[in-house]
Amino acid sequence: MDASYILPFIASTKTVFSTMLQLQVSCDKPVPQAVIPTKGRDVSGIIGMSGDVLGSIVLSFSMEPAKQIVAKFVGADVPPDSEDFGDAVGELLNMICGGAKAKFEGKSVSISCPSVVVGEKHKVQQMSDALCITIPCRSDCGEFVVEVSIKEAMSSTATGPRAAASTSS
Amino acid sequence: MRIMLVDDSKTMRNIQRNILAQLGYAEIEEACDGQDALSKVAAFKPELLLVDWNMPNMDGLTFVKTYRGQGYKTPIIMVTTEAEKTRVIEAIKAGVNNYIIKPFTPETLSERVDQTLARLEAA
Repeated sequence: MDASYILPFIASTKTVFSTMLQLQVSCDKPVPQAVIPTKGRDVSGIIGMSGDVLGSIVLSFSMEPAKQIVAKFVGADVPPDSEDFGDAVGELLNMICGGAKAKFEGKSVSISCPSVVVGEKHKVQQMSDALCITIPCRSDCGEFVVEVSIKEAMSSTATGPRAAASTSS
Repeated sequence: MRIMLVDDSKTMRNIQRNILAQLGYAEIEEACDGQDALSKVAAFKPELLLVDWNMPNMDGLTFVKTYRGQGYKTPIIMVTTEAEKTRVIEAIKAGVNNYIIKPFTPETLSERVDQTLARLEAA
């Protein structure tokens, strides 16, 4: 996967959290999903991408960071089993993806309405034919990950998906 | 001033409502998508609308085109994650008066509301 598809998600995640939550987020080096075991995923927001770029983006937390981050976003504690909790997670992911896709030069991309899964230790299965990159993120409210699994639509490129570059170095 | 907030995210509507309340705007109606908004505009008669783009049932752009097609000239600010220049142009062509890209600060929302209303007065 081209680094030009990953860097916008790092930048957008930091922007969204600092602007809407006044929370500084630092992102570790992105790695293929297989490198980081799927663990403690209790809350996940999922968004699909279509158009010149196909795939899905997942924002995942364990429960405690999710509760703290939602509380900071909403301005009050929100029960994880409430609709408002899922709505808040979905909106964070919506903004992250919107900001990222705006930096995909020359690409026309649409994003779906977000879905949110709340359930102890679940796993989100990404596309099997696209590399999934995990961006580990850290904040004062805890850790979370952004998983990017996207590829260029065949009609938008003559040579097909580009190989992973500096993201894997 | 009567302001309508059109966004499928209750979180985002609450954030906007709270910011507007701090600015002194308390007469707020909410709609969760374009269709919901269309069903409410005749009765509520908003003097300003803040409209999201990506919503189920009827998206924001379709709502704006339909609303303008019904003859309403009420100022509309699009509040959306759609940040590409082409999208902004598309929204303005549809009849949007101003544009805010999410994420936004309270200061940005406040400035755009003031700017939009000032332009309306000047016109």
